[in-house]
Amino acid sequence: MDWETVIGLEIHAQLSTKSKIFSGSSTAYGAAPNAQANLVDLGYPGVLPVLNGEAVRMAVSFGLAVNAAIAPRSVFARKNYFYPDLPKGYQISQYELPVVGKGSLDIVLEDGTKKRIGITRAHLEEDAGKSLHEGLAGASAIDLNRAGTPLVEIVSEPDMRSAKEAVAYMKKVHTLVRYLGICDGNMQEGSFRCDANVSVRPKGSDQFGTRAEIKNLNSFRFVEKAINYEVARQIDVLEGGGKVVQETRLYDPDKGETRSMRSKEEANDYRYFPDPDLLPLEIDAAFLETVRATLPELPDAKATRFVAQYGLSEYDAGVLTASRELAAYYEDVVARLGGEPKLAANWVNGDLAAFLNRENLEIDSSRVGAAQLAGLVARIADGTISGKIAKDVFEAMWASGREADAIIEEKGLRQITDTGAIERAIDEVMAKNPGQLAEYRAGKEKLFGFFVGQTMKATQGKANPAQLNELLKKKLAGP
Amino acid sequence: MSAAPPHPRTLAGMAGGLAKREFSSVELTRHLLGRLEAAQPQLNAMISITGEGALAAAALADGAFASGKAGPLTGLPIVHKDIFCTAGVRTTCGSRMLDNFVSPYDATVVAKLKAAGTVMLGKSNMDEFAMGSSNETSFYGPVRNPWNPAMVPGGSSGGSAAVVASRLAPAATATDTGGSIRQPAALTGVTGLKPTYGRVSRYGMIAFASSLDQAGVIAATAEDCAMMLGAMAGFDPRDSTSVDAPVPDYVAALAAPAKGLRIGLVKEFFDTGLDAENERQLRAAFAVYEKLGVTLVDVSLPNIGLSVPTYYVVAPAECSSNLARFDGVRFGHRCDNPKDLLDLYKRSRGEGFGAEVKRRIMTGTYVLSAGYYDAYYLKAQRVRQLISADFAQAFEHVDVLAGPTSPTPAFALGAKTADPITMYLNDIYTIGANLAGVPALSVPCGFVNGLPVGLQLVGPHFSEAKLLAAAHAFQLETDWHARVPAAWL
Amino acid sequence: MSLKRSDVENIAHLARLSLREDEVAGYVETLGNILDMVGQLDRAATGGIEPMAHPLRGLSQRLRADVVTEADAHALYQQNAPRVQAGLYIVPKVIE
Repeated sequence: MDWETVIGLEIHAQLSTKSKIFSGSSTAYGAAPNAQANLVDLGYPGVLPVLNGEAVRMAVSFGLAVNAAIAPRSVFARKNYFYPDLPKGYQISQYELPVVGKGSLDIVLEDGTKKRIGITRAHLEEDAGKSLHEGLAGASAIDLNRAGTPLVEIVSEPDMRSAKEAVAYMKKVHTLVRYLGICDGNMQEGSFRCDANVSVRPKGSDQFGTRAEIKNLNSFRFVEKAINYEVARQIDVLEGGGKVVQETRLYDPDKGETRSMRSKEEANDYRYFPDPDLLPLEIDAAFLETVRATLPELPDAKATRFVAQYGLSEYDAGVLTASRELAAYYEDVVARLGGEPKLAANWVNGDLAAFLNRENLEIDSSRVGAAQLAGLVARIADGTISGKIAKDVFEAMWASGREADAIIEEKGLRQITDTGAIERAIDEVMAKNPGQLAEYRAGKEKLFGFFVGQTMKATQGKANPAQLNELLKKKLAGP
Repeated sequence: MSAAPPHPRTLAGMAGGLAKREFSSVELTRHLLGRLEAAQPQLNAMISITGEGALAAAALADGAFASGKAGPLTGLPIVHKDIFCTAGVRTTCGSRMLDNFVSPYDATVVAKLKAAGTVMLGKSNMDEFAMGSSNETSFYGPVRNPWNPAMVPGGSSGGSAAVVASRLAPAATATDTGGSIRQPAALTGVTGLKPTYGRVSRYGMIAFASSLDQAGVIAATAEDCAMMLGAMAGFDPRDSTSVDAPVPDYVAALAAPAKGLRIGLVKEFFDTGLDAENERQLRAAFAVYEKLGVTLVDVSLPNIGLSVPTYYVVAPAECSSNLARFDGVRFGHRCDNPKDLLDLYKRSRGEGFGAEVKRRIMTGTYVLSAGYYDAYYLKAQRVRQLISADFAQAFEHVDVLAGPTSPTPAFALGAKTADPITMYLNDIYTIGANLAGVPALSVPCGFVNGLPVGLQLVGPHFSEAKLLAAAHAFQLETDWHARVPAAWL
Repeated sequence: MSLKRSDVENIAHLARLSLREDEVAGYVETLGNILDMVGQLDRAATGGIEPMAHPLRGLSQRLRADVVTEADAHALYQQNAPRVQAGLYIVPKVIE
């Protein structure tokens, strides 16, 4: 039987506020255990929550960015369950009335087509603490520094049909929250993570299959692997005549498997009810306009502009706008060049991207800054060096941090454009290779490449390629 | 018992004596500490008596008088209900769960009264987590009624009421979720005010039912309540449900004459269950008001009869969630040798909470659980809306509502412990004000069989000044509030 | 409304309360009576009535400025903790 995969994601993005959602504790990562867990975060008797306005602004900005309806009135509810990393015995979240309603965003599939993914809702809630298990026989240790960190939980429609689509969607949301400056997107630290609801159904069916929820996926790679594993597992179960059980599963990256979570085995009864310690959150038109006014240019709009303004392909524009910082870098290079947007795009998406990737660096930590790259591209554009030589110059710039011009001068890499000099080199090559010359002239035209190579070698690669071609053709043709 | 006090018995009287330097705060404090200690075996009104801290605070207060920096409450000894967190002082909430709990911080109410210069004598006994109407659910044993030690003082603020009734302290903080200030005030013959929801900060007051809980005061007179409320009330940025409204001068407002007031007699309160002798005392009180030029009007609160069932859905639901934090991990009782996490939770909570608290947690857990939420919780919230609307409608016609505080005078210890519902029905007249969030107070209005009974006055939101003035006018005409049990003269 | 013993046991489990054997029967009865009593709510006509979550009508949530106001005080806060080690709260092993 042919199966169709159905995936919906619940993405948790930690909001990059300075203080927690309901208390004045710091949200900075990496503090000593419980150093940032204060009375409210610890759920001490008598304490009360007060909502952080910045968290609200951030959630609303996300809603506006995905064209969602912002609820004029939303309500915080308590989700009741016992767990050591949940100090109050309930999580303050939004249940029936979330701050962000239905919206959507577009992803680009591998074949270049666009697909719209529905966003069901996004709501504000508080993060839980962490349980540590290592080095303690029969015990766990609880660090509540993370408890109370603001989260926006972004719930998608079950619109994705493959692990690749799920990853594309997650990356798109990742790009968006970082553009908005509402989440640092750091997946290793858990600032951006997701739960994946995965089910399969016979192709063509309009019923959903029973789904499993894979918890706490904190890398794009894990999302893809976990979903692919889970899809295969469910198909195996179904084809073996079994039934998929609705359950919570955990992905084990070491084994590359998902497994059932024992702690969540029993049916949950969260007993949601409106939190009486908090009043309804009301967002009026003025607040909405203030947030709207501070929204940056968003990735899709920026990509469209790059195509129109710089004449880039949609693909190049898409890559360049994948992060706000990369797009800013690119525009900086172009501005310094005063033109050459396509050449600049090729460099940013080509060699620069490859070098960054090789060292696993973000654009902000590039060893070649925008001004330096512009200096290099300018030398290609004005014919001082060839594109091929430029690659060597770039590598030297990356290694030394020096300017392109200094390297070109020092190594004498300036391109030879003097016709006389190129002709002299051609004459030498022809004199050294009489046999090949004869063969060429007898009709073996593919030896042309041999002569290009030899002449380039004779000029240490510095001959202007176009001139070289032209002159060589003339000379080889004979007097 | 130690000698009769060398000073007045009311907060206002003591304030006058301190201001005139007739006695020092240290003298006053030392005297009252002695009385409190001596009374413990008979009344069991206190959970902690904090003599050292009290004397230090009193010395500071005397310093303030010496340097001319004293305010109206400087040097006045008071008691805090043990539901308020007090920094560095054990805060038990009447529960084994918090027997070893020392709060690292002060509740806003405590901090405000401290800043006003009051001297904390100690923490008063109470029903466990404020769940009870007789003070018999306390882990520290029941409080006795100063008028008759065989009787309960009411609850949950039974300790606060008893210390004021026996004049062991001139005033005590208290809390009221369904009548926990007014009912014990009535049963011990003192004045108790539950302010408007949001008038006094809930920060640092250990939560029972967050949408109903409100801090207030018990004192001998309306005037003393006014003095205390002025210092306790006001906006608190730490409490999202605290209302940012100016605090009037409640003492100055006492001068407002009762003449011209329209007082509504709640028809339903006289229809069922009210003790006949109790009703006679109330009618006499209404006659006093008529003499003062008050117009009495019959009014109806058609849905008030549903206030007890509404309350016993809403309050347990909120309590089941509020008390989930007591899990044996970060503070409070932890069972010995838990065999696993589930065992840690269940035994720590099972051992730490008493029977009534467990009953309410289970009731609340049930009414919120899947399949029952709509039928119980949501239904109760809708009925709450109806009850609240009844009050709003009544206040379109009258300034204040009046009726009994409690159906009967104080009952004997153990009389109602077997049947929780009989106990719950004690709050039949008081719960409505909590559901609607409106202020209400109880003033002593007579005796039945030697036991005090109370008159309840209820006003619209933020009408505390009017309620206190109405009670003050009554107390200028009567002396019920000035009666002290013979044993405690 | 009559509750079964198993109902009470389930509620107690959900609320994480251990009950002694001799307590259960009492709760079966008293919880049943309480549910009967609150069952009176059925007689109220509440069609079209908004549920009332708290008594502050017309007020909305106040927003706090995003400012860090709290300093590290874990040593003080952990004085009440039954079991801590190296600043961490210790519990029996959490099984995921």
